[in-house]
Amino acid sequence: MGATSTLPLDSIDGLKLALRGQSYLADRGLATALFLALRLARPLFLEGEAGVGKTEVAKALSAALGRRLLRLQCYEGLDIHQAVYEWNYTRQMLHIRLLEARGERAQEQDLFGPAYLLRRPLLEAIDNSDPLPPVLLIDEIDRSDEEFEAYLLEVLSDFQISIPEIGTIRALHPPLVVITSNRTREVHDALKRRCLYHWIEYPTLEREYEILTLRLPGLPDRLARQVTAFVQGLRQLELYKVPGIAETLDWAEALVALNREELEPELVEDTLGALLKVQEDLAALRGDRLRQLLTQVEAGG
Amino acid sequence: MPDGRLLRNILLFVRLLRDLGLQVDPHRAQLFAQALAQVGVAERSDFYFGARTCLIYRQQDLADFDRAFEAFWRSRFRGGVPLTLPAKPRRRAAQTDPAAGRGPSARIEPEPVQGVGPLAYSAAEALSRKDFAELTAEELEQVRRLIRKTAWRLGEHPGRRQRPGKGRLPDHRRTFRSSLRYGGEPLVWALRQPRPKLRPLVVLADVSGSMEPYSRLLLQFLYGLANGLDQPPEIFVFSTRLTRITRALQSQGAEQALRGVFQEVLDWSGGTRIGEALRQFNLHWARRVLSRGAVVAIISDGLDRGQTELLRSEVTRLQRSCWRLMWLNPLLGSPDYEPLAQGMRAALPFLDDFLPANNLARLEELALQLQDAAARPRRRRGGPHLHAGRFFDLRPGKSA
Repeated sequence: MGATSTLPLDSIDGLKLALRGQSYLADRGLATALFLALRLARPLFLEGEAGVGKTEVAKALSAALGRRLLRLQCYEGLDIHQAVYEWNYTRQMLHIRLLEARGERAQEQDLFGPAYLLRRPLLEAIDNSDPLPPVLLIDEIDRSDEEFEAYLLEVLSDFQISIPEIGTIRALHPPLVVITSNRTREVHDALKRRCLYHWIEYPTLEREYEILTLRLPGLPDRLARQVTAFVQGLRQLELYKVPGIAETLDWAEALVALNREELEPELVEDTLGALLKVQEDLAALRGDRLRQLLTQVEAGG
Repeated sequence: MPDGRLLRNILLFVRLLRDLGLQVDPHRAQLFAQALAQVGVAERSDFYFGARTCLIYRQQDLADFDRAFEAFWRSRFRGGVPLTLPAKPRRRAAQTDPAAGRGPSARIEPEPVQGVGPLAYSAAEALSRKDFAELTAEELEQVRRLIRKTAWRLGEHPGRRQRPGKGRLPDHRRTFRSSLRYGGEPLVWALRQPRPKLRPLVVLADVSGSMEPYSRLLLQFLYGLANGLDQPPEIFVFSTRLTRITRALQSQGAEQALRGVFQEVLDWSGGTRIGEALRQFNLHWARRVLSRGAVVAIISDGLDRGQTELLRSEVTRLQRSCWRLMWLNPLLGSPDYEPLAQGMRAALPFLDDFLPANNLARLEELALQLQDAAARPRRRRGGPHLHAGRFFDLRPGKSA
């Protein structure tokens, strides 16, 4: 079982509260998934549209649990040298030269020892001396390729890594693994099968309002309500790129920086770039549709 | 004597010449085959002049012959060399040919006419050139079998992963390893090169009412693609709405299931709204299936009942988000076809390729095209670069 002895985390509500302490508002579903991941010592596979807080939750979790966060950002072509370990060739060469100067010869087993090993996130997650096992965030797995996925599957099944020059390293306490995906590609079922799975939805109006006020205490209440309603309205439209919570926060922050108390058409038009990042979406919304949406917001608030 | 594949191609070529109105006696084809045994096929100009010498005998046929030669042999051979076969080094002939500059520029390599199996050559040939819409039930069955046998291959692109090889990136690990043999002196620099990856294929097939004559074979074609490629393509069908059938095609009993899907889709159809379908694709699927530099093939007659403006903007966006955008139009096979339909005209400037897909021969050309599609035309705006020289000039069905 996971090494979770910290007392307040013995329930879903406890975990929720702990995350809130890190300014992260998890809904019941997410909190449950995280709780189970902790209890069952299983990797958690988080999917959802971009900007719904998948990466953030791993950060908040590590802070709340007092565990180290190890983050592996995936990309196409990611390989073992970047994800697991690499030998420090420069140092090895220097070592050989130093010995040479002293008239000695380097022994191979010295050259391939721990001192010359560059430890990347996966190795660090399995082999460390942390008091509590770290949180391993494997971010945007959908960007990596099938080869890496297959390797990851192997690591996650028995939490051990083989380095030919050293041998097999096994985790004493497996890390808490959080894998995120934006679904730009279908991740193989085999990997998902090994994980707990949670799909993060866009937040409801109330939750988004709560998140805003929690994260941006300086945000005037009226503006917070308007912003939330406006973004929720936006998500109903057919857009190429729907704004996530990250964008809502960016936008609200921009409005605070501009010292505004209330949404007005010109203001929205000028700052819309914080919410919509696709030119076609911006063009579609400028003008009448924007005014319509604002009227709707007024009527609702 | 040339091998069977080449011989078949020669016979096809002769038939093409006849279709163009040139007089080519049967015995001249035989003559050409014998000539090839003498001059070989390694050298382009030898092949060209061998063919010219043997096949035609009137000066006024020369221009037509050159045109046909260029179109026929190039479309057949370009990109057609299977990657698994090591290419034989070819040596240029010592003497330079004065007429070589005028001759066709294609390299000559024998390539099988795919799918011509148990049928006698001439019957298969006739069949492969016959418009899908005009096939009898029996022929339909034959063509179905042929489509199933067609070998499809995807184009490749250099992937992001590296493997030991002769590329440009240093391989520190191997370099250091080998340096240990020389007291830590890196005498041999090991290198890495990209590992090639298959380029993904996405197919958007129109199954509206006007496509009905083709839809039976379209189904077969999609099924063949889904199960014949090393990397299954993403497949969507649309009429008034868009349906993803990728999974259905991969499941067992797919043919049965698909027929159901098609029936259902066909029943909805009061006409296509291509723009709307593409919009649905762009909104909901593009991000998910186009992220790896995919080649997109739209199969449609372009008879659009929706808003032309919408179609234009969505095609524009689609071209921007994929590696290469192809449009396969069955109507394009007809000699008289001009892209006059409003929708087709709106889309045309944003396509990379505009290809016919009305008979088996065209599909075989497409098979080669797909491999080719790993490369991308440098100039992407202003219309497809592949519709004119290669397919419009040559209309074998014209007088057949």
